[in-house]
Amino acid sequence: MKILAVDSSGQVASVAIVTDDAVLAEYSVNYKKTHSQTLLPMVEEVMKMTGTEGKDLDAVAVTNGPGSYTGLRIGSSTVKGLALIWDKPIIPVPTVDTLAANYADYGGLICPLMDARRGQVYTGLYRFTDGKLTAVVPQVCTLLDDILAKVNECGEDVIFLGDGVPVHRQAIAAGVSVPYTFAPMHRSVQSAASLGYLACTYLREGKTVTATELVPEYLRLSQAEREREERLEHRNDD
Amino acid sequence: MKGTYILAIESSCDETAAAVVKNGREVLSNVISSQIALHTLYGGVVPEIASRKHIEKVIPVVQEALSGARMSIDEIDAVAVTYGPGLVGCLLVGVGTAKAIAYAAQKPLIGVHHIEGHVAANYICHPDLEPPFLCLIVSGGHTHIVVVEDYGTYRIIGRTHDDAAGEAFDKIARAIGLGYPGGPKLDKLAKEGNPDAIAFPRAHIDGCPYDFSFSGVKSAVLNYLNTEKMKVRDAASKDTEVLQRHGVPTGGDAEGTEFCPDVFSDGITKADLAASFQASVVDVLVTRTIAAADALGMDKVAIAGGVACNSALRAKMREVGEAAGKKIYYPDPILCTDNAAMIGSAAYYEYLAGHTADWTLNAVPNLKLGER
Repeated sequence: MKILAVDSSGQVASVAIVTDDAVLAEYSVNYKKTHSQTLLPMVEEVMKMTGTEGKDLDAVAVTNGPGSYTGLRIGSSTVKGLALIWDKPIIPVPTVDTLAANYADYGGLICPLMDARRGQVYTGLYRFTDGKLTAVVPQVCTLLDDILAKVNECGEDVIFLGDGVPVHRQAIAAGVSVPYTFAPMHRSVQSAASLGYLACTYLREGKTVTATELVPEYLRLSQAEREREERLEHRNDD
Repeated sequence: MKGTYILAIESSCDETAAAVVKNGREVLSNVISSQIALHTLYGGVVPEIASRKHIEKVIPVVQEALSGARMSIDEIDAVAVTYGPGLVGCLLVGVGTAKAIAYAAQKPLIGVHHIEGHVAANYICHPDLEPPFLCLIVSGGHTHIVVVEDYGTYRIIGRTHDDAAGEAFDKIARAIGLGYPGGPKLDKLAKEGNPDAIAFPRAHIDGCPYDFSFSGVKSAVLNYLNTEKMKVRDAASKDTEVLQRHGVPTGGDAEGTEFCPDVFSDGITKADLAASFQASVVDVLVTRTIAAADALGMDKVAIAGGVACNSALRAKMREVGEAAGKKIYYPDPILCTDNAAMIGSAAYYEYLAGHTADWTLNAVPNLKLGER
C-alpha cells in the first residue's frame, strides 16, 4: 500500500509518501503561509525522491478540515486534480484526528487545540488503544472552557498540542485539574506522516471518496451565512 | 494537421467554468456552473460562499467539459487557468485544480489574465478578427480602451479615473431596488424607459480625451433618487395611500436592495431613470472609443467584458461605429459572461508564444493587464 498524503490546513505545509510500514518521505515547511505556491512543488519533490509515479499510488490522503478556509481549499483542489487524473480514491481525514496521530504512542488522553479565533478552538479528545484511534470527543468547534471541562471530567493524564496551545497556555494551566503536559514544538503541528499513518487504516476500512465528492469540513458557516441566520432569527423573534 | 486542444478552467468570481478549445477559435465544450441564485440572497457576491461553491463544482465541471468535447486528458495539449484578477479565494480553487491536473497529466500549464480572456472571446465569435484592433474593455472592475497590437500585447490608451462602468451599473441598480446582478436587470428595465428623460452629465477629463469618470453621473443619479425618495416619504407621512401608490414595500426590504418609487414626482418613471443613466454611460463609452479609433486610424473596434452584453452599448457602438466606417465586433452574450472558453482561446496564443507557467503559479487578485 502506498499513499501520497497532503496537509495545508494550517501554518505548516506538509506532504508525505507512506506505505503500510514506513514513511518513505516527509516534507514540511513551517515558514510563511504561501501554500498555493509551495504545495505542488513539494508534492513533485517527494514523488521524485521516492521514485513514485501516480500509477504506483493506492490513494491520495488529505487533511480535510477544520483549518484555514483558504488552506483547506488549496489542499482540496490539489488532491482533487491529482486523484481525477491518476484515477485514485481520496482519503479525507479530519484535521484534529491527524494532530492526535502525532501521539499514537501516548498512553493518556490527547487534546489537540487549533486556534479558531473568535474565542473558540477546533478541538477533540482522543486516545490510542493498540494503535487504534478512538474519539472520546470527536472534532468540534467550541469554547476552550467546554473542552477543558470534558478533560477534567475524564480524570486522566492529558497532553495538549496544536497552534491553539501558545494562544491559550495560561487559560489551560488555570483550568485543568488533571495532570497535563504540552507537546514539544516538533510534535505540536500538523504532519503529513501522521496523516498518512491514519490514512492507511482508513483505506483498509474503505473510507474513501471521489474527487467530486471531496468537500472540506469547515465546521463553521461563512460570516455572511452566520449573520444572515442571526437576522432571520431576530425577525422570527419579533 | 492535428489541432492544439486546450482544457481551460475559470473561477475568478461567481461562475465555475471549464472548456475545451481547439486552436484558440473552436469551442468543443463550454461548461458554466453559475452561483447567481446563491448570491442573490446576499445582494451580491460573497467571496467565502463563492469559494466554497467553486470547490464543490470544479471537478464535475472539468469532467463535463472533457466528456462534452469527447476527449480524454491524454488528448489535451495544455491546461489553462485564470490566475487573476478576481477574488483570491475563488481564483485559488481554479489555480490549485489546474496545476494538479497539469502536473498529474504531465501537460504544460498556462496562466491567463481574466480580462485578456474577455478580449479573446471575440476571436471565438469572429474567426476573421485578428490584431491589430481597438478594444473597449468594460466590466465590473475595468473600463479600458486598449490597442490590441498583437495576441497578448496590449497598449492601454484610456481608462477610468474612478468607478468601472460595470461597477456604476451595479451601484445604480442597487439604488433603484433591482438588486444583484445589477447590470442585466438595469439593461432590461431601461428598455421600457426614455433615455432622454433626464440629462445626466457626460464627464470629460481635461487632457485625457480617452479617459472616463463615472462618479459624477453616479452621484447625479443618487442625488436625484434621494430627493425623490424624500418627497415620497414626506407625502406618505400625511397620506398613507401615497406609499402604496408608489409601491413602497410593506414588509422588510430584500437584502442588498433599496426601496425606490416606480414613478417620481415629475412623472418620470424608474425605467426612464434607468434608461437615462444607461444612455449617459453608453454615450461616453462609444464616442470616446470611436474617437480613439479615428485618431489612431484603426478600422476594427471590438467590445469585451461583462458589460459587452449590454444591449444599448452594442446597438450604439454599431450605429456610431459603422457611421464612422468602422467594423464592430462583440462576443455572443454567452461568451460575455465569465466562461472558460475565452480563457482557452487566450491561452492558445500564450501557448504559441511559449508562455507557460511552472508549479508555483499563484493567484494574483489585482493582476494588471499585460503583466506576466
